[in-house]
Amino acid sequence: MALLTSLIAGLVFGLGLLVSGMANPAKVLGFLDLAGQWDPSLGLVMTGAIAVGSVAFAVAARRTRTLLGIETKLPSARRIDLPLIGGSVLFGIGWGLAGFCPGPALVALGMGLPKALVFVVAMLAGMLVFEFRERRTSAGASLPVELSTEDA
Amino acid sequence: MTIDWIAFTPWSALAGGALIGLAAAMLILLNGRIAGISGILAGLLVPRAGDVRWRVAFLLGLVIAPLLYETWRPLPPIRVDATYGVLAVAGLLVGVGTRYAAGCTSGHGVCGLSRLSPRSLAATLVFMAAGFLTVFMWRGLLAV
Repeated sequence: MALLTSLIAGLVFGLGLLVSGMANPAKVLGFLDLAGQWDPSLGLVMTGAIAVGSVAFAVAARRTRTLLGIETKLPSARRIDLPLIGGSVLFGIGWGLAGFCPGPALVALGMGLPKALVFVVAMLAGMLVFEFRERRTSAGASLPVELSTEDA
Repeated sequence: MTIDWIAFTPWSALAGGALIGLAAAMLILLNGRIAGISGILAGLLVPRAGDVRWRVAFLLGLVIAPLLYETWRPLPPIRVDATYGVLAVAGLLVGVGTRYAAGCTSGHGVCGLSRLSPRSLAATLVFMAAGFLTVFMWRGLLAV
């Protein structure tokens, strides 16, 4: 059951990216190009997503177990530190260069785009760089708590 | 700043955004997990017992979404202007950056802001600013 709901959540997420136009890097870059002809659409995508999401997360915050009886795992990291800021800078640069962030890249990969494949392979390589660097670091010095958290 | 009224698609943006929010809602309320794409993907690179299949299922859903969409209406056009070389560099930056930041547009931008997390707000403001600046400088450079 948990696998089915996860699959459906992924499907709905992907459909949302397609419906909103965010699977298209040209449209994402239209939002990031403040100085040019600006397309505010991405702002409304975030607005729509947060409007629905905030209700769900308010409910989730008050539950230790989900409706399926699974433990609710909310991020515990609180600190705004260098890895968060530096990582976000690198991510923002990559996002601005390609117009792809991880979700849309995977949807475009599903559409069979060779360019999406190149982006996704490079992204996985980048993630592996982090794993190797941080695991080597953690063998010596202690790893900041934030780095060991799941996501967000 | 001039708003591109022809490219601006407010209703489909809001509707698509609501679907993304719905997906995040499903994953947290049923599976107890944050719908952060970079984190879900990265979790497969260092697999842990009992923590693999839900990730594969979610990512599979994301990848096959175009197939389902196609049964309803023609797929939207996807335009990637970046060259293969630029895409490789961009992919690397996105991969490394999202891991250090522990999240991307979905994990911080959608889920984190929905949770009113100051950490996610900081991340979102920073990657948005970096994205704006990069496009500004990159398009300026390409125009020279």
